[in-house]
Amino acid sequence: MNLFDYVRPASLSEAIAAGSKPGAAYLAGGTNLLDLMKAGVAHPGKVVDITRLPGLDRIETLSDGSTRIGAMVRNSDLARDPSFAASFPAVAEALLSGASAQLRNAATVGGNLMQRTRCPYFYDPNSACNRRESGAGCDAIGGETHSHAVLGWTETCIATHPSDFCVPLAALDAVVEMEGPDGTRDVPLADFHMLPDETSPGGADLKPGEIITALRLPAEAAAFAGNSRYLKLRERTSYAFALVSAAAMLRMDGDTIAEAHIALGAVAAKPWRASAAEELLNGATPDAETFARAAEAALDGARPSGDNAHKIDLAKRVLTRALTQAAAGTPDRMPALPASVFASVNGASAHA
Amino acid sequence: MPLSISLTVNGDRHDVPLEDARATLLDVLRERIGLTGTKKGCDRGQCGACTVLVDGRRVNSCLSLAMSMDGADVTTIEGLAQGEDLHPVQAAFIEHDGFQCGYCTPGQIMSAVGLIAEGEAGDDPERIREGMSGNLCRCAAYPGITAAVIDAQRRMAEAEDERKRA
Ligand SMILES: Cc1cc2nc3c(=O)[nH]c(=O)nc-3n(C[C@H](O)[C@H](O)[C@H](O)COP(=O)(O)OP(=O)(O)OC[C@H]3O[C@@H](n4cnc5c(N)ncnc54)[C@H](O)[C@@H]3O)c2cc1C
Ligand code: SF4
Ligand code: FES
Ligand code: FES
Repeated sequence: MNLFDYVRPASLSEAIAAGSKPGAAYLAGGTNLLDLMKAGVAHPGKVVDITRLPGLDRIETLSDGSTRIGAMVRNSDLARDPSFAASFPAVAEALLSGASAQLRNAATVGGNLMQRTRCPYFYDPNSACNRRESGAGCDAIGGETHSHAVLGWTETCIATHPSDFCVPLAALDAVVEMEGPDGTRDVPLADFHMLPDETSPGGADLKPGEIITALRLPAEAAAFAGNSRYLKLRERTSYAFALVSAAAMLRMDGDTIAEAHIALGAVAAKPWRASAAEELLNGATPDAETFARAAEAALDGARPSGDNAHKIDLAKRVLTRALTQAAAGTPDRMPALPASVFASVNGASAHA
Repeated sequence: MPLSISLTVNGDRHDVPLEDARATLLDVLRERIGLTGTKKGCDRGQCGACTVLVDGRRVNSCLSLAMSMDGADVTTIEGLAQGEDLHPVQAAFIEHDGFQCGYCTPGQIMSAVGLIAEGEAGDDPERIREGMSGNLCRCAAYPGITAAVIDAQRRMAEAEDERKRA
């Protein structure tokens, strides 16, 4: 780890002033930043500790019915907040399927959005990586591509965004609130993580000095509470990143799907909102055949970025099963294994 | 400007001067305060050996920047026993063979104390295992660990009931 200056500003404006200096990095829970600094991937000259800024740790309901979550709310506190978990059960389930209890106690809302890819070549300073160094090349291509993208990638970067939390958030039209040297700004979460193009590897839409101050969920998002699931396929039962994951939320009108919201995780450099699949489900009856067609639509255009064609099939199956579970209804109690493919709640078949 | 932090560790206050800001809470506990019960396994948040309680919540001390912990109330494995009396979780780990080499054990025990305080797992072994999944054990003492957590939780609840009745 390199030497750095440490500052702990008392106000948001002081933090933004300090964070706008070249080489500065904000420190929240530190579970990603410190890891990257130890790996030699991040080397900030100044670390600006924002954990004690006032007013960023609240979960509140605004007058328009939307829910506003401060950027410094810890992942575990959000998942455990009874009223939040009742309104947005798939978000709570996604949070509880991520990392470990210890990490969730430290990790913040803002830090989770801003966490970097787990591409092993990104993590290895000896490998060429466009995301670490623009124009350096990409050693992942032709290498170990097990965890890499099958949607929205280019030759510039084939990495995925690893967050679980962001997947249901994208499906629920969450909005990111930011404040920076030029004032405040809102960006839909679904646009916050930018895909790579022919020259740029993409990344978070955060300008120098900007701080994420809060996340907002619109009032309508709570209408899906009765039929919401997150399902995450991992290489071990717990404490592992997603190989592929899916958030499935249905607003039911009797036996018909009035409205479906769907997003996939770990398939692209952003949480992947599956609008075509949603359209296909709106007004349809929830049955296996319809869900299978929706899954085909969700993965339309998917192509392997290496030795990872299996992820396309896995994503279809995980989405089909997540939809089946969502249709069966949100469980009364958080499953013992949140988001796990091993959990047999709601009588969902083990192999959709 | 010389850097320093103040921590309350197992009830005792420590003012620790730091040469530079790079130290983690784990390094400060082990190298500066001399409490080596907290272990360094991976140093990257991947094993749980460094688990301590900060203001009553379990965290990985290897990913906690010491400067950011200034003023915190920290409990480590050394702070659990009351003199010769082991904490119920410590006693249960011995009784149920919750370890072999013992390297992961301080982290396992601190994590179990945190899990029990969270009060959500009940006595469902699956919920206990999931709640303890942030602590790896290369000796694979997992069955003993799960049994120990369930037993300790039951005894702590009974002791609490008795205290209330008295
Ligand atoms: C072993 C391990 C396993 C994990 N498994 C999972 C998993 O299964 N699923 C999952 O989703 N995640 C997982 N994670 C990642 C974890 O969720 C993130 O590390 C965590 O959410 C980051 O939050 P933080 O507050 O600690 O961020 P920090 O490490 O403090 O910050 C991360 C980045 O965000 C920036 N930042 C932080 N807050 C703000 C803000 N308010 N405004 C602007 N920038 C900000 C920082 O400058 C930094 O660049 C895992 C991590 C580890 C170490
Ligand atoms: S896939 Fe992206 S993050 Fe990974 S090495 Fe290539 S450019 Fe870097
Ligand atoms: S040493 Fe901290 S998690 Fe492994
Ligand atoms: S007892 Fe040896 S690692 Fe757990």
